[in-house]
Amino acid sequence: MAKFTKKKEGGLPPVSTASLPDIVFMLLFFFMVVTVLRDDNLLVMNKLPKADQVEKLKKDRSVYIYAGKPSARYQEKFGTEPKIQIGDKYTDITNIKFALTEARQKLLPELQDKVMVALKVDEETNTGMVTDIKQELRDLNMLKIIYITTPGNEVEQ
Amino acid sequence: MARRATPEVNAGSMADIAFLLLIFFLVTTTIEKDKGIARQLPPKEPPTDEKVIIKEKNLFIVNVNRQDQLLVDDNLMELKDLRKAAINFLDNGGAPAGTAEYCNYCKGGMADNPNKHNPKSSDNPDKAVISVQNDRLTSYKMYIAVQNELVAAYNYLRDRESQRLYGWKFTEMSKALDEGSYKGDKDLLQEKLEVVQKLFPQKLSEAEPKKSGS
Repeated sequence: MAKFTKKKEGGLPPVSTASLPDIVFMLLFFFMVVTVLRDDNLLVMNKLPKADQVEKLKKDRSVYIYAGKPSARYQEKFGTEPKIQIGDKYTDITNIKFALTEARQKLLPELQDKVMVALKVDEETNTGMVTDIKQELRDLNMLKIIYITTPGNEVEQ
Repeated sequence: MARRATPEVNAGSMADIAFLLLIFFLVTTTIEKDKGIARQLPPKEPPTDEKVIIKEKNLFIVNVNRQDQLLVDDNLMELKDLRKAAINFLDNGGAPAGTAEYCNYCKGGMADNPNKHNPKSSDNPDKAVISVQNDRLTSYKMYIAVQNELVAAYNYLRDRESQRLYGWKFTEMSKALDEGSYKGDKDLLQEKLEVVQKLFPQKLSEAEPKKSGS
C-alpha cells in the first residue's frame, strides 16, 4: 500500500524530450541525402512533350541539353529564336562539342564511357534543331540519348 | 575534496537547430524523376556503296510534314490510328507457312484487323522496318508523339508474347529489373527480356530530315 501512495505524490512524470534531437537529426540526414540541389539554372522555356512509353534516366551518368525559346525575362536580350543551353549558358550549335566534352568530364571517370545524353527540349521547338544536336552527338560518339518527357499522352485529349 | 564538476553545455537548443536545418532541406528537396524515351543513335560510319535492299512491303514509312500531318504508306492518317497501324504491320507475318521467313507467333495484328497475314505487308517482325521521316519544321511535340506511338506498338506486341511465354508482361518485367524490386534470378530475367526483344526487334529507322520547302 505504501508503494501506491508514494507514486501519487510524484504525479505524472514529464515526457522526456531528450530523444527529440535524435529523431530530428535522423530526418535531417534523410533529407540531406536525398536532396539534389538544382544545378542548372534554366535559361530556356521548357515545357516538355508528353509520352507514356518511358524509361527511367540514370542520373549519375547523364549530361543535360536544354533547348527552346529563351525564357521570358531573357527574351529582350536574346530574342525569341530557339536556343540550346548546356550547363549554365547558351551554346551555339557549332560550340556544342566543346561544351559537351566539358560536361562529360564532370562525371565520374568510370561512368564517362556510359554517358547518356538527356535532351530536354521544349515542345514548341522544331525537329530540325534536335536533328542538328543529334548529328553533333554522333560526331562525338555519344550515341545513347533519351528524350525527357512528362507523363501523359498526346492522343488522349 | 571539492570536486568541481565541469559545467554542462546546454543542449536544449540542439533540437531547434536541427529543426531549422530540417526545414531548409525539406523546402529545397525536389525528388526529381526524369523519365523519357531512350534511343540509340546510329554510329557514324564512312559512307559505303553497298546498298541495303529492303522490300517495299517490309517498310512502313511514316512521314510527318511541317503542318504536323501524318502520311503513313501514302495514306493520310490521324495520330490516334498510328499505333494500331504499326501493330498490324509488325505483327502481319505475311510469309507463307513452310518458308524460312514464316513467323509462327504472329497473329496478324489486332483482333479487328480485316487483312490478317496480308502477303503485301511485312513478312515477319524481324524483317519489318519502320522508317520515320520528318520535316525540319515538324514540331518536337509531334515528333515525340509519333515516337511514343511507335514504341507503344512494340511494347504492345512484346507484352503479348511475354505474357504468352512467361506469364508476365514485358514492360512490367523490365520495370521490375530497372527498379531492382525483382528478388529472383536477375540474369534469368534479363535473358527472358532478350528472348522477347528478339521476337520483336525494334527496327526504327530515322531518315535525315528533308530541308524545309523541298
